[in-house]
Amino acid sequence: MGVKLLLEKANVPGIRSFDVYRREGGYATAEKALKEMTIEAIVEEVKKSGLRGRGGAGFPAGMKWSFIAKPEGVPRHLVCNADESEPGTFKDRYLMEFLPHLLIEGLLISSFALGSNDTYIYIRGEYAWVATILEEAIVEATKNGFLGKNILGTGFDCMIHVHRGAGAYICGEETALIESLEGKRGNPRIKPPFPAIQGLWMRPTVVNNVETLAAIVPIIKMGGDEYAKIGVGRSTGTKLISACGNINKPGVYEIDMTISVEDFIYSDEYCGGIANGKKLKACIPGGSSVPILPANLLLKTAKGETRYMNYESLSDGGFATGSMMGSGGFIILDEDQCIVKNTLTLARFYRHESCGQCSPCREGTGWMEKILQKIELGKGESSDIDLLWDIQRKIEGNTICPLGDAAAWPVAAAIRHFRDEFEWHIQNRELSQTSNFGLQHYADPIHVPA
Amino acid sequence: MSLQFNNEQMTEFNGLVARYPEGKQKSALLPVLHLAQDSFGGWLPTEAMDYVAGLLKIEPIEVYEVATFYSMYNLKPVGKFVFEVCQTGPCMISGSDNIIAYIQKQLDIKPGETTKDGIFTLKLVECLGACGYAPMMQVGKIYREHLTKEKVDAIIAEYRMQVIVQN
Repeated sequence: MGVKLLLEKANVPGIRSFDVYRREGGYATAEKALKEMTIEAIVEEVKKSGLRGRGGAGFPAGMKWSFIAKPEGVPRHLVCNADESEPGTFKDRYLMEFLPHLLIEGLLISSFALGSNDTYIYIRGEYAWVATILEEAIVEATKNGFLGKNILGTGFDCMIHVHRGAGAYICGEETALIESLEGKRGNPRIKPPFPAIQGLWMRPTVVNNVETLAAIVPIIKMGGDEYAKIGVGRSTGTKLISACGNINKPGVYEIDMTISVEDFIYSDEYCGGIANGKKLKACIPGGSSVPILPANLLLKTAKGETRYMNYESLSDGGFATGSMMGSGGFIILDEDQCIVKNTLTLARFYRHESCGQCSPCREGTGWMEKILQKIELGKGESSDIDLLWDIQRKIEGNTICPLGDAAAWPVAAAIRHFRDEFEWHIQNRELSQTSNFGLQHYADPIHVPA
Repeated sequence: MSLQFNNEQMTEFNGLVARYPEGKQKSALLPVLHLAQDSFGGWLPTEAMDYVAGLLKIEPIEVYEVATFYSMYNLKPVGKFVFEVCQTGPCMISGSDNIIAYIQKQLDIKPGETTKDGIFTLKLVECLGACGYAPMMQVGKIYREHLTKEKVDAIIAEYRMQVIVQN
């Protein structure tokens, strides 16, 4: 069993309630932070922990905190990004649904460190029942003196407010989230100014992911140095992985980032192998935006070394032969899955979610969807593959926010690694409507079921 | 004006606005539109949007531009129960195509349509963050996960029964 820092108590009956969470040692870390530690000391522990943003970008959390401006007389805000919408990702929902008080404790410590008296949780609108769970937990924490005025007699006031979004992937981007929280369309802002200088209502703002903020509790509890000892290299601490697709045991797992990709997929403690005795074909290891990898490059790097479930190893080889840790949305495709169709559903997703502000993204995502649809329906031409490649290349890096990149990467990686499957669709227009390209040379070289 | 929050809804409205600082009441727009949609029959006619604009002291256009941007606001009437079935990658590889086809057949409607009796609407939506429990759909405020044909039948029967009981 790996180290569990976040989900250790997830199976304790009644842990969702304040009383049980408190009995299990909950809020003791917040007490320690507010009563015994200075703001500087808390920020220092977070820096020492090496914690990287768990939303997808992996930016060091302590450094992000240190950027916040502190002009005299201007309120500052902490905003928790719970707009979890990256296909394949459902880890934050799990944390909030089963351990709401862990998030609230993390938010309290972080709000204290950043000087936020009004902290917001921006939760995706579809997670309506999760919003209710959080609101109930906030009421309980307030009744017990852990939120509200003069918390624990320290003179610190803090209220946490839940804000429901209304269905827009783009609002996971921090400046779009801020716009949405101000009651506007989720159009990302041009940076600079960065939110740490002018964010929510033009006030200094820090936006952190749910898992990042929950991880503040174990970091302060055990100390940044101890936390940094878990994991490997710059992948410190534990990471939640939401595993889905064609595996025996889909679900949310906490890993310590020293486990190999192979063990994560095949061990019974985690994914439990490929479902229905099928073979592994491909995997999108960090949410739908990151490059898809064929089985051979997933389990071993291009140099033939074992690939591990951490930031550095998953990106080993760059986009040519590697991928990314991303949000931890781990999607497994078995031998029966069609790469063209899978890429089409993702292209449709990004077309639907583009805010429309930048032309390369607004137009390009639509074109990519149409061309992929054409190939999928058996109407593709051989020039379409190069056209797709050309379009994705012209979106990447040419938009205000990373949604353009996120839309371009899955298409690029699918062509890069599975070009012959696209060609097969185009050359076998009728056959491709009734049968599947299958595995060909993409099979997992290690696990070959009889 | 015929569309108005009742006392209970007005209390909720005031609670939502109180979450934001003085003068920043526009921030409550998304939650208030959810409240309006829930209160006024599951969708947002122009009249409802104008009413919300008046309550929040903002221009109607500020409400329209938001209501048309976010996918959860319905700008046309919908059935009593809206089946929002996820069709994105992880659900697709777990068999959502079959579930969508089955629902269409059982309800005899296409995506975007409402049954003649006004009970069900079928909507195809993008990732709802339930990829490990696919295929799935959202109905109102809850998720129905690990869908099979049998489960779809049971869910349809369950909602039909609810309508009969309420009548």
